[in-house]
Amino acid sequence: MTDISMSQPSGSYTVNRKFDITSAEAQGRIRSRYRAEARFKSYGLLALGITSVFVVILLADVFVRGLPAFWQHRLVLDVPVAADAFGAPGSVDAAAIRGGDYYPVTKAALAKAIPGIESRSAERQLNRLLSTGAPDILRETLVADPSLIGKTVKVPLLLSDDADLYFKGAGSKIVSRVPRGIATPSGVTGEVTVLTASNDFADELATIKRALSVRAGGVEREAGRLQRSPDKANQARAVELLEVAKALRARAEQPRGEEPLDADIPSVLVEINGGLVKATKLSDSAITGEVLLPLKSADEAKPANWKIVTYVTPEANRKVNDQEAAFLERLRSLGVVESGFNWRFFTSGDSREPELAGIRGALVGTALTLLVTLALCLPLGVGAAVYLEEFAPKNRLTDLVEVNINNLAAVPSIVFGLLGLAVFLNFFGLPRSAPLVGGLVLALLVLPTIIIASRAALRSVPPSIKEAALGVGASHQQAIFHHVLPLAMPGIMTGTIIGMAHALGETAPLLMIGMIAFIVDVPQSFVESATVMPVQIYLWSDLPEQAFQAKTAAAIIVLLGFLFVMNGLAIWLRKRFERRW
Amino acid sequence: MDAIVANPSSATAAAHVMPGSGFKVSARDCNVYYGEKHALKSVSVDIPDRSVMAFIGPSGCGKSTFLRCINRMNDTIPICRVTGKITIDGQDVYDQSLDVVQLRARVGMVFQKPNPFPKSIYDNVAYGPRIHGFAQSRAELDQIVMTSLEKAGLLKEVKDRLTDSGTSLSGGQQQRLCIARAIAVSPEVILMDEPCSALDPIATARIEELIDELRSNYSIIIVTHSMQQAARVSQRTAFFHLGTLVEEGETGHIFTNPNDKRTQDYITGRIG
Repeated sequence: MTDISMSQPSGSYTVNRKFDITSAEAQGRIRSRYRAEARFKSYGLLALGITSVFVVILLADVFVRGLPAFWQHRLVLDVPVAADAFGAPGSVDAAAIRGGDYYPVTKAALAKAIPGIESRSAERQLNRLLSTGAPDILRETLVADPSLIGKTVKVPLLLSDDADLYFKGAGSKIVSRVPRGIATPSGVTGEVTVLTASNDFADELATIKRALSVRAGGVEREAGRLQRSPDKANQARAVELLEVAKALRARAEQPRGEEPLDADIPSVLVEINGGLVKATKLSDSAITGEVLLPLKSADEAKPANWKIVTYVTPEANRKVNDQEAAFLERLRSLGVVESGFNWRFFTSGDSREPELAGIRGALVGTALTLLVTLALCLPLGVGAAVYLEEFAPKNRLTDLVEVNINNLAAVPSIVFGLLGLAVFLNFFGLPRSAPLVGGLVLALLVLPTIIIASRAALRSVPPSIKEAALGVGASHQQAIFHHVLPLAMPGIMTGTIIGMAHALGETAPLLMIGMIAFIVDVPQSFVESATVMPVQIYLWSDLPEQAFQAKTAAAIIVLLGFLFVMNGLAIWLRKRFERRW
Repeated sequence: MDAIVANPSSATAAAHVMPGSGFKVSARDCNVYYGEKHALKSVSVDIPDRSVMAFIGPSGCGKSTFLRCINRMNDTIPICRVTGKITIDGQDVYDQSLDVVQLRARVGMVFQKPNPFPKSIYDNVAYGPRIHGFAQSRAELDQIVMTSLEKAGLLKEVKDRLTDSGTSLSGGQQQRLCIARAIAVSPEVILMDEPCSALDPIATARIEELIDELRSNYSIIIVTHSMQQAARVSQRTAFFHLGTLVEEGETGHIFTNPNDKRTQDYITGRIG
């Protein structure tokens, strides 16, 4: 009989089958289950923590870099506009004011602010502190009110990118010290010597010697590294470097005497009698140097009336040289430097000059491109999803279509760019770099996402709703368009906006259709040349000017803002249309 | 007329009989296939006007399938195939020339789970009349909605909140709303697919009362798992088993003195 096993003495058998919750094994199982749960939870928390830290670091980095680009420094100067600046007085029209040459006007304004500059090169450096776009506001003011010609106008003049960065802290640490002795300059301009009665420059000399010694150490280390290299040329170079280091050491250890200064060590300047002298040679009791800002007189200066100023960062490591720094410090002390919100960043297109470059062109280009994408994707995607989900017969052809749609979502985006290049540009002959073509290409990219999301949304609508509609005599189409589609709408909207956000950040396919060009004008239509935000970011990140680093980060902030607005819209739409059943 | 069809063989024999007058819905030799599966086997039955017919039988016996054939709800299932003849007032519902939308306006349906549209109570009831263009004016539509809600016994409870969502009602109220929605398009036949299976006994009792009232105007076919319910609300009962119509006849007769052994086993709880 088969039930022999059943009729065994069954003491241990039943005990084993019963679930004994007090046994040690059972307790152990419970403990290990709790441990496993706690472990899993801690993995989750850990992952969340790491992610949040990285997100915070990323955002902080972008914001710290980018936020300064939203502010810009300007010189608010009294600009004397000569009566004949734009032609003979009385015959001046708006076109002449617009087309006029403003260089002499701004030059005069600067010369008025910092008088007495005689050297041509210094004058050029002073004028280069202004941006090429500096007279824009002046021009608009004069066009609006031509009666100001011949008078003095107080307007802000835009500073160049380097000057702007200087005021944003990219210059040098400046240390100034009041000396003890009386100083006597030998002249007011050109090359002058400043003598002091009581070894006032001894501290500076010691600092310079220390800097030389540190530099010698650096050179020696570099030489040592090269010596270990098997390359003959490197070893020869090491010998040369050792010579240099020896010379530097000799200079550093020479106890007294005149020390020549160069651009690789901190700059020592003397502020005296309303002027500024930059030392080229330095000894305990005297400096020889060139005048950066002219002195008012060559009189003796009492200790309270002169200062020793050190620009700690060596000139060679700065964008702004000593002369420019002197001008900028003077302008700052005159109180004409003003910092204001950089509206131009949002109102102008791209430029080679960082201080003039704006995001408007890319923003409009992005908006136009996304508009084309949305106009194509939403009806096509939703239509395709409704057809495939509700109307299409289930056969091999529709299976094939379905598989292909799913695969298309995974195709690398650059392939769509190539397709756009081959089909839209070469075959249909559409314009290069245009938002229309960009939108078409991005539509190809986004379509699978929208179709998949829409189908999922349609499938998630309970079939009872459709049956209810059919039951009261709605046609298939009425049931879908009156009931199923409205209920699927939040899901479709979310999918669409996720797709659009994807398109917003897409760069690669747009490179293929020429949207990477340098385009200054803000596009006015769908067929004009344009660029988009991610491409603009890519372009700026590639440029050598330091100010573009901040612009890049600022553009990223704007792009993220755009993204947040879109996602916010998605959430709002979801809440707005969500219905429960 | 007594039970016409007692078993599959006699159903075939009865197939040549033309649907008689006095019957609202008649089926002759109706077969349903889901792909390879033969779900309903040669069912022939006559359903009288202005009365309640109950379909009983164990799960998967084909009673819901047959119900859904009457208003061609099975059309929505691609693999479903129907043969045989079903007529309403002598008109073949599977006739090519018959528009399925018009058919479903004549044959209303109430489903197992209350499924109001996620719209206002008013719009739920007004949807059918709107798409069929029953009302010429807003006042007329209001009239239809009020009458339907009244007939469904719901008006008193909802007349102050017609703009509230239909899904905010309780389960029993939702089901009565669905009935109101079905009768708003003035059907001739109402199909009810286990209308009380998701409801509590009190709501069930209300629905049963309602069915009894509606009987005077409509031909009602109700699928139910509750034999007590079938006994309470129906005048005639049909017992389905394994895809065949085993026995059909007056409710009292079926429950007290069934002809077939299987019917007896089912109502006494031996199969199911």
